[in-house]
Amino acid sequence: MARDFLKGARDSYDCIVIGSGLAGMTAANTLARTGQSVLLLEQHYKLGGMATWFKRPGGHIFDISLHGFPVGMIKSCRRYWSKEIADSIVQLRNIRFDNPMFSLTTTFNREDFTRLLIEKFQLPEADVVAFFDAARGMNFYDDQSTTVGELFQKFFPGREDVIRLLMEPITYANGSTLEDPAISYGIVFSNFMSQGVFTFEGGTDRLIDLMHKELVTSGVDVRIRCDVEKILVRDRRVCGVRVNGRDIAARSVVSNANLKSTIFRMVGEEHFDRKFVDDAQAVRLNNSSCQVYMALKPGSDLDESLGDLLFSSTAPLFRTDALLSRDITSRTYSFYYPRTRPGSDRSLIVSSTNARYEDWAKLSKEDYEASKRDLVETTIDALARYVPDIRERLAHAEASTPITFRHYTQHLNGASFGTKFEGLAVSRAIPEQVGGLYHAGSVGIIMSGWLGAMNYGVIVANDVDSWLLKSATRPPLAATT
Amino acid sequence: MGPAEIKETILDILEGIAPDEDLSGLKDDVPLREQLELDSMDFLDIVMELRKRYRVQIPEDDYLELATMNSTVNYLTPLMKDLEKV
Ligand SMILES: Cc1cc2nc3c(=O)[nH]c(=O)nc-3n(C[C@H](O)[C@H](O)[C@H](O)COP(=O)(O)OP(=O)(O)OC[C@H]3O[C@@H](n4cnc5c(N)ncnc54)[C@H](O)[C@@H]3O)c2cc1C
Repeated sequence: MARDFLKGARDSYDCIVIGSGLAGMTAANTLARTGQSVLLLEQHYKLGGMATWFKRPGGHIFDISLHGFPVGMIKSCRRYWSKEIADSIVQLRNIRFDNPMFSLTTTFNREDFTRLLIEKFQLPEADVVAFFDAARGMNFYDDQSTTVGELFQKFFPGREDVIRLLMEPITYANGSTLEDPAISYGIVFSNFMSQGVFTFEGGTDRLIDLMHKELVTSGVDVRIRCDVEKILVRDRRVCGVRVNGRDIAARSVVSNANLKSTIFRMVGEEHFDRKFVDDAQAVRLNNSSCQVYMALKPGSDLDESLGDLLFSSTAPLFRTDALLSRDITSRTYSFYYPRTRPGSDRSLIVSSTNARYEDWAKLSKEDYEASKRDLVETTIDALARYVPDIRERLAHAEASTPITFRHYTQHLNGASFGTKFEGLAVSRAIPEQVGGLYHAGSVGIIMSGWLGAMNYGVIVANDVDSWLLKSATRPPLAATT
Repeated sequence: MGPAEIKETILDILEGIAPDEDLSGLKDDVPLREQLELDSMDFLDIVMELRKRYRVQIPEDDYLELATMNSTVNYLTPLMKDLEKV
């Protein structure tokens, strides 16, 4: 008989959280700490969502999305998780750029960027200060019609090199383009510029393991291999979920799954107003990614002057559509030295590029495999520019594509960074449509990435907690089917 | 709970949120944001903590009332007058 992954689960909870990405886990933990009973359901066999890793024979451990996050993670981990987690966050100090327009190394914070923009890019100090202040002053309620491109034209007209410096890392971090609203750029950029780029010592596996333990301590009922088929709604109120063939009741549900699959696949559009359905349909998903994972032979060290993160490109100009093209000219390398995982003797390199799902989905099985091999080979060739004897030193290399990302997270089109800006308003409006139903997960650019997802989880947990208190004063819902 | 106890409660919550800050010289009529390193997540934490401890509900539209210590206490006084301090 198949194993019952829901064995011992109760028939009803205050809240069911669907998905254990950083937003889902943080929402679950926050709610459990306020005293609510919480069931966390994850379809995969491990927790973390995109915050994940994989192991290969020979002892290689690859991180998928641990390239860097803003300093704000320290505070959020401290407050919503634990001191031990917060204390493992360390800065990455060597961020490099290498492209036909410039080559430089930076600590990637406001002070150093200001210095570079004045000394290396020869900009007047007043313009640089004004730009940083404008970016930092942006908030969610500001005008959304100004685009990133217009923002740059206002402060640095005609300076393609400056735009490249300011934009390329953010495009990698969240898929945003020059056509996206300036405020989403301003918020994310300022988060990074506050103190630079940080990482988690010990790797993603250690982080997720610590979080898992914390969830259990907080009293969350954590279940893996539980694929939620349906969110149950009656009279415009959520009443539970259908999972692994069983119905479980809940007074509230938080979906950490993709925004569109939540609305259209798990709930069904018949439970929403026409206008809302139209808005939800119009939400654009963000792009996906390709990655190449390379492990060096044990004990084969990388020279730390390679940096921690290297934004490399052979394209003469920075163009967001060129970043998505299968004809890859731009790659971001993350160099992981043994110190990333104290006690390890491994050096690893992960190359990331933005990619379009359609480009990979249309390939035949054979072409797909061939393209994947080609991706690995061309990446190693490109890397030889920085690590000349890379081929001889490699112990393992493999690639992932948008198809891989979709497979593991069930995100439509393998979207790496959730939705474009408009997704946030749709995500926030769900509870107005279906009482007790919430969405928390990468949306709207500003709520994506490790920090954005985590904080969004807290914001939504606050809404849920408030709803639970309000709805507790009404007659309790009968257990449902 | 009267205004003095409400103020004590808020200070207690702030201490948890900003453990590294000295709260003794806090001015009651100056925005908290200008005196402490607080961002919007910190204000959310104040709201969550009040709900957890006293089941006080503060709707999102009213978050602005939490600008200064005085405005916070004034806003909370009618909501918390029948509650016992914990
Ligand atoms: C290649 C790549 C590199 C990245 N690099 C960085 C980086 O360096 N720094 C950074 O800050 N961010 C990075 N990101 C982005 C970051 O990883 C994500 O924004 C963040 O982890 C998303 O968290 P989330 O909570 O929104 O959801 P996700 O991580 O997408 O999790 C959703 C979860 O829901 C589960 N689920 C879906 N449907 C169901 C269902 N029906 N039933 C049960 N469970 C379900 C999924 O299995 C998954 O576990 C990167 C992303 C990618 C793809």
